[in-house]
Amino acid sequence: MKYIDPHIHMVSRTTDDYQRMALAGCVAVTEPAFWAGFDRSSAQGFFDYFRQLTEYEPRRAAQAGIQHFTWLCINPKEADDPAFARDVIALIPEFLKCDTVLGIGEIGLNKNTRNEQIILEEQIALAETHNQLVLVHTPHLEDKRKGTRLIMDALQASNIDPGRILIDHVEEHTVGEVLDRGFWAGMTLYPDTKMTPQRAADVIEMYGSERIWMNSAGDWGCSDPLAVPKAQQEMRRRGHSNELIDQVTYSNPQKFLSQSPRFHIAKS
Amino acid sequence: MNDVTQTCPLTRGQVMAMYFLEHRARLLDLAAFLDRLDRTCGQESADFREQALYQAIHLLSDGQPHRTARILALLSDCTDELPQSAEGMKGALGAVPLTTGDSE
Repeated sequence: MKYIDPHIHMVSRTTDDYQRMALAGCVAVTEPAFWAGFDRSSAQGFFDYFRQLTEYEPRRAAQAGIQHFTWLCINPKEADDPAFARDVIALIPEFLKCDTVLGIGEIGLNKNTRNEQIILEEQIALAETHNQLVLVHTPHLEDKRKGTRLIMDALQASNIDPGRILIDHVEEHTVGEVLDRGFWAGMTLYPDTKMTPQRAADVIEMYGSERIWMNSAGDWGCSDPLAVPKAQQEMRRRGHSNELIDQVTYSNPQKFLSQSPRFHIAKS
Repeated sequence: MNDVTQTCPLTRGQVMAMYFLEHRARLLDLAAFLDRLDRTCGQESADFREQALYQAIHLLSDGQPHRTARILALLSDCTDELPQSAEGMKGALGAVPLTTGDSE
């Protein structure tokens, strides 16, 4: 069954992973810019990273028959130094011209600091100025609910339509409010933190299948690039219809992402 | 919180047949973890994470819906303060001292 993994950090994964994902039905991935596991020492490090995301990674994905799209930003973990973050933000407009860039992401908060909030607001303004879609990272564990609310408040202070914003890493204590405020919601399927395929299926049952998707957010940490097809399998064994499974793992991401004129799935 | 009555397409028996063994194993893992804490050496007292865990265990058996959301809320930071910078801060620990979490 075909699927889109709309949030995965393929720069941290092997070519084997691309091949296994293709075998499992993956037709496209979208890769937000994120923290590399260490803080980069200069804006030039981000320039190289943005080139990797826009030039190299689409070619590597294509070898497995997967389309690769990307999002650009300075991630919240490295956004706590506003001067440094502004040097990185200044690089982004030129890269927004690249054919596979869908928007600004994953922006958000990490430890819910004022510095992170300042840079979040500046990147929201960047998205608004350039009419870009927005992909949002919400904080981890105990910081998630507070951070999610702060982020939604900042977004709703802008003129960006909530329907063009996806709030990612939702869990049971945040998903309802995200949907109620008109945003799209992303569920990240991680083995230890965030959401399991079982819980993701529960959320679909409890909150419905409109404006919601699932992703693996596979990266250099404990994560599973095949998490989305495993969630498909979980829904299948509960007796959910192929139509519903397709909606949350293919049609919904396609619908949201197609708000960017750059996103289209090639006919196979 | 929304009414989630009868939103799972399976019967109670089907859910039990499908998931009991994996959750039995997780329950035993949790029990073994608590036993391990009891068997530790040294004189350290229980920290806020252990206290939060025992609070969460009470929510498991209260018979009310939305246990997952309520446990996540219990483990969440409910303060309003925003530090200026993350300088010197540790990564997320998964729980907060009980005076700052809630069961909203």
